[in-house]
Amino acid sequence: MENIKKLILNTITDAVIEDKKILTVTVEPNKLHLLAKTLRDNAAMPFDFLVKLIGMDWGEKLGVIYLLASSTDLSKEIVLKTGTSDRENPLLYSVTDLFETAHFNEREVYALLGIRFINNPDMRKFFLNADWNGFPLRKDYDANPELNPLSLESVEMIDTAPRIMENADGKLIEETVNIFEADDYIINIGPQHPSTHGVMHFRTALNGEIVQKIDVHSGYIHRGIEKLSENLTYPQILHFTDRLDYLSANINRHALCMCVEKAAEIEVPDRAQYIRTIMDELNRIDSHLLAWACQTNDLGATTAFIYGMREREIILHIFEKTCGGRLIINQNVIGGVMFDIYNNFQKDVKEFIPYMREKLKEYDRFFTHNVIALGRMIGIGNLSKEDAISYAVTGPAGRGSGWSCDIRKHQPYSLYDKVDFKEIIRTEGDSYARYLNRLDEIEQSLHIIEQLIDNIPNGEILAKTKAIIKLPVGEYFQRIEACRGEFGVYIESRGDKTPYRMKFRSPSMALVSVMPLICKGEKISDFIGIGGSMDYVIPDIDR
Amino acid sequence: MLQPLELTNLLSWLDTTLRDSMPVFWVLLIEFVLVAVALLAAYAILAIILIYAERKITAFFQARFGPNRVGIYGILQSIADVIKILLKEIIRINNVDRFLFFAAPFFMIVASMLTFGAIPFGKMLHAIDFNIGVLYVTAVSSLGIIGVLLAGWSSNNKYSMIGAMRSGAQFVSYELSAGFALMTIVVLTGTMSFSEMIAKQEFCWNIFNGHISSIIAFVIYLISGHAETNRGPFDLPEAESELTAGYHTEYSGLQFGFFYLAEYLNMFIIASIATTVFLGGWMPIQIPGLDGFNQVMWYIPSYAWFFGKTGVLIFLSLWVRWSFPRLRIDQLLNLEWKYLLPINLVNILIMVILVLAGLTLTDLFPVLAP
Repeated sequence: MENIKKLILNTITDAVIEDKKILTVTVEPNKLHLLAKTLRDNAAMPFDFLVKLIGMDWGEKLGVIYLLASSTDLSKEIVLKTGTSDRENPLLYSVTDLFETAHFNEREVYALLGIRFINNPDMRKFFLNADWNGFPLRKDYDANPELNPLSLESVEMIDTAPRIMENADGKLIEETVNIFEADDYIINIGPQHPSTHGVMHFRTALNGEIVQKIDVHSGYIHRGIEKLSENLTYPQILHFTDRLDYLSANINRHALCMCVEKAAEIEVPDRAQYIRTIMDELNRIDSHLLAWACQTNDLGATTAFIYGMREREIILHIFEKTCGGRLIINQNVIGGVMFDIYNNFQKDVKEFIPYMREKLKEYDRFFTHNVIALGRMIGIGNLSKEDAISYAVTGPAGRGSGWSCDIRKHQPYSLYDKVDFKEIIRTEGDSYARYLNRLDEIEQSLHIIEQLIDNIPNGEILAKTKAIIKLPVGEYFQRIEACRGEFGVYIESRGDKTPYRMKFRSPSMALVSVMPLICKGEKISDFIGIGGSMDYVIPDIDR
Repeated sequence: MLQPLELTNLLSWLDTTLRDSMPVFWVLLIEFVLVAVALLAAYAILAIILIYAERKITAFFQARFGPNRVGIYGILQSIADVIKILLKEIIRINNVDRFLFFAAPFFMIVASMLTFGAIPFGKMLHAIDFNIGVLYVTAVSSLGIIGVLLAGWSSNNKYSMIGAMRSGAQFVSYELSAGFALMTIVVLTGTMSFSEMIAKQEFCWNIFNGHISSIIAFVIYLISGHAETNRGPFDLPEAESELTAGYHTEYSGLQFGFFYLAEYLNMFIIASIATTVFLGGWMPIQIPGLDGFNQVMWYIPSYAWFFGKTGVLIFLSLWVRWSFPRLRIDQLLNLEWKYLLPINLVNILIMVILVLAGLTLTDLFPVLAP
């Protein structure tokens, strides 16, 4: 990291470097792009993976925090910060040309904090309507409902986007661009559509059956969870994490628990770690089964869908017996787990493992080698490794493009450094690679559970915590491998029992942001099939 | 041969009784009305049975129970559904071409009903016996596509339009294959009349008679017939995961019911034509020389044979539907134009050679000839 520090100081002489847990660099807005570019192109250790882009209201300043990581070693992280004190018309420079994933994130920051980004090609508000009054995440936001009354009027879709571009002389030009051509045949896939897996809206320009352009509209179920969290204590916030990506509810919750535990220096008992890891992996199998089922359903195989649900039911039953919940299981709490495992838990899980292996073989026979299924998946929706990194596509989809991005391997948490498992990587980058990755990851999860299930130590399941948990002043990052990719939590604490700023990294948002790229030129049926292979969950995007 | 359960006796008794008591004109009129009512009733009842059967069989494939609440084993479920769909409101939609929108379901149902009338259900159970039955069936059944296209176009909905266009491309393509496959058998039997075709299959079904060529034609007919009914893996016009419901998205109540009914009946019609043309129709299994065995087979009435054979084909069609994922439109058209059609053309040629060279089974073993 010393080399990196030198590199930063060589590039930007007045950069403020802080040696925290993660190297933190603060620069002026006009220097940030150069610094990010230098770090990205640094050959020895390229910081080319934009993990999080967090809009901030520090009170006197508005700004952005970038968490960068190296795509070759995800544990190497660096934090960049920049900000402006102009609260009326805050302008920062976009990094969209360096990291494509910044595009949607910057639009989100604009909607929620009102910061506009120069050179972002499409500066519409994400999540919120263009006519929304105020910027919710600003500390001086007026949440009076009269300012933003509920409208029952039908609003015409306007396919134009404002943007601010900088020309060669350094002058800023505000302009409006058309998203579609005048004679494009546009259909709305969503917000109510069986295959968008939720309330997602793709405005799609078609040429016959061929997709020409996709414009993503999001926010139909945006709940402002990050804003709500600012008024709640940490144990209260836990419930929100379940409702982000509800299919990896337990894993999301694990992430927030770990973040708070690390910050408050709470030691989690061994038994709780074992239970957490086993539950996480069961949750992963559950989620991958549903993803498999939905993908087959998107390709038109209804029976395979039901087979997936059949096996998933057994896991849900185990969850139900453990803690009463099926989808959202409320198992993790700060300091451990809420419920101990029941008497026959080990027996049930051990019966499930060989059963699931048998069923995986059945899936192979039934669907994986089906000639129509192969024709619908091989070579469809190709995502290159470079694009996967640039769009920050992690999880089975990122690993299907040959990018080793499993946080469980790169930054082991819980018990993942003690168990043996393989990171499944395929280099084809098509729908089929993503499909196979999920099935193989189910097998790996079974393997992990197998190693843990007989060795659960006796002891406490919950560490003693204070009645009111207050985190010391500071910034806390936590990254975790959820079912769809890297889930992340960022907490900025000012020493209160509530966070000053809470941010969740949503893996699904990256998956959706890459859809316009990989679906271009594919048939509309393949657009649905690719969507199935990406397996995004909408509430995860619409936090 | 004794045929105790056959409807022949009943029908001839009815005919003679009527003729004894009134002029021929009135007899014919009454009989026409009776036939029409019987056909319509059969049409509706078959649809109800098929819907129930499909739901139960699908449930069996999918490790579910299927309907099991209304009546024993849920047998009254379809009837309840029919009542429901009859009572449902027909939603009026703005900005549709009203006339065509309402006309479309009738095209579908009329086309399938016209085809339905020409099917021989059993001995004497044959409403119209054309001497060009095969040609008639092929011609009339392709009218249905007009209904699909009209529905898609008049709905003023982009999804419906895409569904209808897909359907058009698909139907036109697969009609070719289905037609050619039937023609192969016409070459073999030398007749286009269904009744003569069945009579010729007394000892040797067409699928065996023309061996290689017939089997190829049979498989192609099943594939393309399946495609014509718009059912998975060829359900692109509806493709519920892509186009929500394709061409009938905007229909509700009874109008949707018509599409639904026509879809199920088309499945039955395709299976029954395949039965008639390839599997001996209503003819029981007969082995030359074994008179005792033949007599036993005749005790089972001909309509039972017909529905049995058709049922097997329908089961096959359901099996395929619930096992395979959906094809993409270009793959679908590739399959037809690059594979099925050329194979079919060659196949007809092979059949012509087989017939001319006397290599069919009935030629080789004259005992099999009727």
